[in-house]
Amino acid sequence: MSDDRTERLSVLKTYKLFVGGKFPRSESGRVYEVTDHKGSWLANAPLSSRKDARDAVVAARKAFGGWSGATAYNRGQILYRVAEMLEGRREQFAREVADAEGLGKSKAAAVVDAAVDRWVWYAGWSDKVAQIAGAANPVAGPYFNLSTPEPTGVVAVLAPQESSFLGLVSVIAPAIVTGNTTVVVASERAPLPALSLGEVLATSDLPGGVVNILSGRTAEIAAPLAAHQDVNAIDLAGADPELARTLEEAAADNLKRVVRPQPVDWSADPGTGRLLAFLETKTVWHPMGV
Amino acid sequence: MTNPTNPTNPANPFEYAPAPESRSVVEIAPSYGLFIDGEFAEAADGKVFKTVSPATEESLSEVAHAGAEDVDRAVRAARKAFGKWSALPGAERAKYLFRIARIVQERSRELAVLESLDNGKPIRESRDVDLPLVAAHFFYYAGWADKLDYAGYGRDPRPLGVAGQVIPWNFPLLMLAWKIAPALAAGNTVVLKPAETTPLSALFFADVCRQAGLPRGVVNIVTGDGSTGAELVAHPGIDKVAFTGSTEVGKAIARTVAGTEKKVTLELGGKAANIVFDDAPIDQAVEGIVSGIFFNQGHVCCAGSRLLVQESIQDELLDALKRRMRTLRVGDPLDKNTDIGAINSAEQLARIRTLADAGEAEGAERWAPECALPSSGYWFAPTLFTGVTQAHRIAREEIFGPVLSVLTFRTPQEAVAKANNTPYGLSAGIWTEKGSRILWMASRLRAGVVWSNTFNKFDPASPFGGYKESGYGREGGRHGLEAYLDV
Amino acid sequence: MPTTVPAYGAEAAERLASMADVTATDGALRRFLHGLPGVDAVGLQARAAALGTRSIKTTAKAYAIDLAISMIDLTTLEGADTPGKVRALCAKGVSPDPTDRSVPKVAAICVYSDMVATAKRALAEAGGSEVHVASVATAFPSGRAALAVKLADTREAVAAGADEIDMVIDRGAFLSGRYLQVFEEIRQVKEACRRTDGSGTAAHLKVIFETGELETYDNVRRASWLAMLAGADFIKTSTGKVAVNATPPVTLLMLEAVRDFRDTTGVQVGVKPAGGIRTSKDAIKYLVLVNETLGADWLTPDWFRFGASSLLNDLLMQRQKLSTGRYSGPDYVTVD
Repeated sequence: MSDDRTERLSVLKTYKLFVGGKFPRSESGRVYEVTDHKGSWLANAPLSSRKDARDAVVAARKAFGGWSGATAYNRGQILYRVAEMLEGRREQFAREVADAEGLGKSKAAAVVDAAVDRWVWYAGWSDKVAQIAGAANPVAGPYFNLSTPEPTGVVAVLAPQESSFLGLVSVIAPAIVTGNTTVVVASERAPLPALSLGEVLATSDLPGGVVNILSGRTAEIAAPLAAHQDVNAIDLAGADPELARTLEEAAADNLKRVVRPQPVDWSADPGTGRLLAFLETKTVWHPMGV
Repeated sequence: MTNPTNPTNPANPFEYAPAPESRSVVEIAPSYGLFIDGEFAEAADGKVFKTVSPATEESLSEVAHAGAEDVDRAVRAARKAFGKWSALPGAERAKYLFRIARIVQERSRELAVLESLDNGKPIRESRDVDLPLVAAHFFYYAGWADKLDYAGYGRDPRPLGVAGQVIPWNFPLLMLAWKIAPALAAGNTVVLKPAETTPLSALFFADVCRQAGLPRGVVNIVTGDGSTGAELVAHPGIDKVAFTGSTEVGKAIARTVAGTEKKVTLELGGKAANIVFDDAPIDQAVEGIVSGIFFNQGHVCCAGSRLLVQESIQDELLDALKRRMRTLRVGDPLDKNTDIGAINSAEQLARIRTLADAGEAEGAERWAPECALPSSGYWFAPTLFTGVTQAHRIAREEIFGPVLSVLTFRTPQEAVAKANNTPYGLSAGIWTEKGSRILWMASRLRAGVVWSNTFNKFDPASPFGGYKESGYGREGGRHGLEAYLDV
Repeated sequence: MPTTVPAYGAEAAERLASMADVTATDGALRRFLHGLPGVDAVGLQARAAALGTRSIKTTAKAYAIDLAISMIDLTTLEGADTPGKVRALCAKGVSPDPTDRSVPKVAAICVYSDMVATAKRALAEAGGSEVHVASVATAFPSGRAALAVKLADTREAVAAGADEIDMVIDRGAFLSGRYLQVFEEIRQVKEACRRTDGSGTAAHLKVIFETGELETYDNVRRASWLAMLAGADFIKTSTGKVAVNATPPVTLLMLEAVRDFRDTTGVQVGVKPAGGIRTSKDAIKYLVLVNETLGADWLTPDWFRFGASSLLNDLLMQRQKLSTGRYSGPDYVTVD
C-alpha cells in the first residue's frame, strides 16, 4: 500500500428517462439541474419534452395488451419482484431520498422500507381486487350476470412533488397492479429516486412500457398528457390546484378518468382508493337455458 | 275444410285490429310548475314551454322553464332537506323508497300511458320494460338504505350532499329512477332536471313523492332546456353531478366541474357492435339484432347500432333480418301491438335523416321494409345499411335512431378490432354457441356491458356504464352506490 | 328460393331426393342435424312470450276464433272411447254450435285407429264428410312396438279410411342418437300411408315428436328436420299424454323449422301443436306465432292445426260473447 493515497473520484451517474423499457435521453437534448435540499448540485436530469410524453404514451399503449392480458398471479409476482430488487438497493435509495427530501439517514431508510413494503402490499392485491370490486349480480331473469373490474388503459401519473419516492411508489403500484400501463411524471424538484426506480423496474421482469418515467417541468409534460386522446386516465397527485383545474379541463376532451389532488399522508395505510380509481367495471350477461 | 277469410283485408288474412290503450287512465293538467321544496311553483320569470306528443305533434301541456333563480331555490331546498334526510336511520329512508316503489307499481298503467304520450315509445315497452324496471330500481335501492355499512365502502359511509341530476328523453322515468333511487338510499337529496321534450313523467313522479309522504325538499324537479341543466351543473351548492345524455354535453359538464370538489358520473353515448358469428343461434340472433337497434326507436345509448356479421353467413343473416324487419309494426305508440313508435322530436328526426342521408351519400346501401308512416308526428322507418365500412359516418357517429349499419368480419380477432375501433365503449353483443369464444371475446371488448346471446337487458342489480367516451361511473347494483357515497 | 310444393305432393319426393346425401348414412345424418343452428332457449322463450302480448281485438279476434275452430283436430284418445263417444264428437265437429250455423266445421276428428271407420261413417251421416278423420298410429302414445306392428297399425287405419295419420317417433332411438333408424321408420310409415284402393292417394302423415320427452330445443329442431327429410306432411308437438305438451316456444321453434325447410327445399310442411291448449286466448297466441313467423301461407287448416278437445267450447263461448256482447257460460255450449 502506498502512503500517498488520494481520495477516489466517484463515478457519477447519468440519469436518463425510462421509456418502453429503455433508458433514452430526452428527445429535447436538454437537462436541468437537480439539487439537494440545501441547494447543492446532485445531477442533471433530462428535461422531457412534449415529444417524450408522446413517445411514452405510445410505449404505454403498446404494453397495455400484454400487461392487462397477463394473469393476475403473474402481475403479482412481478410486483413482488420489484420489492425484492428494491430491497437489495435500499441504501442507494435511502441516500437519494435523504438528498431529495432533506431527511436524516434513519428517516430516509424508513421511507424506503415503507416503499418496499408498499410494493409487497400492492403485489398481493393483483388477484384479490376483482374479488372485492367484482360482483355476481342476481338479476330478475334467467341470466348469468357477472361484473368484473378491468384496467382502464393508459394512465398518466403526476407523481407527488414532495414525497419523491414513497409517494411515487404509492401512485405507480396501484395503477399497474390491476393491468394499467403508466406514463409517470416524476417530482419536478426531486426526480432522481424516480429515475433510479426505472433501473429497478427494468430488472424486475416488468415488461417494457408498463411504467414509463419522465422528468422535467410537471406543467409542461402534463399538458400534452392531459390532452392526449390515447390516454385513458390521469392521476393529478403532483399538480397544484391551478394546474389541476387546467389539466382536468383538458382531460374532459376524451373523458379521462381523473383523480384530483388531495392531501395524502403517504405513510398511512393507502386503502383501496387509488387501486379502484383506474378500473372499469365490465358486466357480462349470458342466458341460462338448455 | 273451410277457411275463414278476413272481412277487413282478404289479402292479409290476419290483420290486427287497432288495440289502443286507453288515454283516459291519465289526466294531464294544462300546465305544470316546478316542484321545489314539496310544492309546485311557477318559474320566477314566468317562462314556460310546451311539451308535445311526438306521435301527433299535439301539445300535451305547458311546463315551467326554470331559470337560474329557480335552480338556486331548488338547490337551497335540497340543502335544507339534506340534514334531516341524511340523519334519518337508513331503515326509515328505506321505507320511503319501498313506498315509492309500490306506488309506482300501483300507478304503472297511468305512468306507462303518460310516458308513451310524451316520449312516443310504444306502450308495449313502457308497460313491459320501463315501468317494471322503474319500480324494481326503487325496490332494489330501498334495500340498500339500511345496509350501507356492508356495501364495501367502509364503515358508516357518508352521503355526498345535494345531487344535481340531468336526465335524457329516451327513458324519462327509468332514468329518473336510476338517478333518484341510489341517491336517496345513500342519504343525499336531489335536484333533478328532466329532458326538455319529456318532462311530464318526472312531474307525475313528484305526485308519487307526495303520496309516499317524502319530506319536502328531498326531491326537487326543475324543468327546462339545456340552459337549466347547465345552471344546475354549475351551481356551487351541489356536491354531485349525475348526467345521462350525449357525449358532447358530458364533456362540457366535465369541463364545468373541473377544479371543484363535485363528484361526477356520466353515462353518455355509444356505438355498440353486435357481433354475430357463423355458429350463432340464428333466430335468436335476429331477435337480438332487432331489439338491439329498434327497441325504443333506437333511442338507446347502448343500442347495437353496428352489426358485425361474419362474412360467411352475411347473406343468410341479412335475409332473415329483412324478413323479420318486415313484420315490425310502426305506428301509434298507444296501440298495444306497436313495435316501433314515434321519434321523440323534430330535432332528433332531422339528425337521423341527416346521418341516414350521409350513409347513402357515402355509398352504403339503404334498405327499409315497406311501411306506411302516419302523416303527422315524427317518424322514421326501421332502416338498415349494408356495405358499410369503418370509415363511414354511420359506422362512427351515434345516430340514436332506428338505423342499423352492417359491417362484416372474417375472424374473431378482426371482430374485436373493429368492435373496439370507436371512441365509445358502452356496450357490445356477441352471438355464438361456443362458450370459450364468448368469454374470450367478452374479455377483449372494451365496453362496460357485454351481452352474449342476448341484448338490451337491464336490471337494477346489474351495473351499467361505459368505457372511454361513453362516460364514467356505474349505475345499478352495489357499484351504483359508489356514485352517491363519499368514498 | 325454390318454388313451393306441398309436402304431400308428388314433387316433394323429388325435392327430398336432392337432400339424399344428408340422409345416406347415420354419420351423415348426425352431422347434418348437429350442424343446424343452435337454439338459445332463453331467447326463444322471450320471443314467444313477446308475441304472446299481442292484443287481438274485435274483427281480428272474430277472424282468429273462426280460424282456430277450423283448424281443430277435435280429439278423443281414451281407453274408454266407444262408438257412441266418437259419434258425438263427430256431430260436434261438423256442427260445433247447434244454435249458430255460421260456425265453421273443425278440420278433423282425431281418434285411435279402431275408431276410424266409426268416425268416417258418423261424419258422413252428420253431413260433414269434408271433415277429415285423423288416426293416431305406430303404438301411440309410447311408440314402443316392433316396426312391423307400427306399420300394420298404420295400414289398418288407412284401410279404414283415415285421411291423416298421426304417428309418434321412437324417442328412445332419437335420444340415443339412432337418427337414421327414426328416419327410416318415418319413411316406412309414410309408405304405409298410401292407399291400396288404387286411388293413388295417401293419408297425410303427421309426425309427433313428444317434445316434452325430447327436453331440449336443439333436439326439437333436429327432430323437425329429420321428420321433414323423411317425408312428414305435418310435424306435431305432442301426444297429450305426458306432463309437458305443446308450448308456445316449442311451437315457435317448429314454425321456424318449417319456414327454413321450405326456404331450403321448397317443400311446405304443416305444424300441429297438441295438448294443453284449452283457451281461446292460448289458441290466438299460437295463431299470432304463425302469422308473425310464417305469414298467410300457413294460416289455413291445410298447414296449421290444433290438437285439442276442450278448446272448442271455449272458442264457441268467446264467439258468442263477440256476437252478443254478453259473456257466455258452459251451459250454452254442448258437452260431448
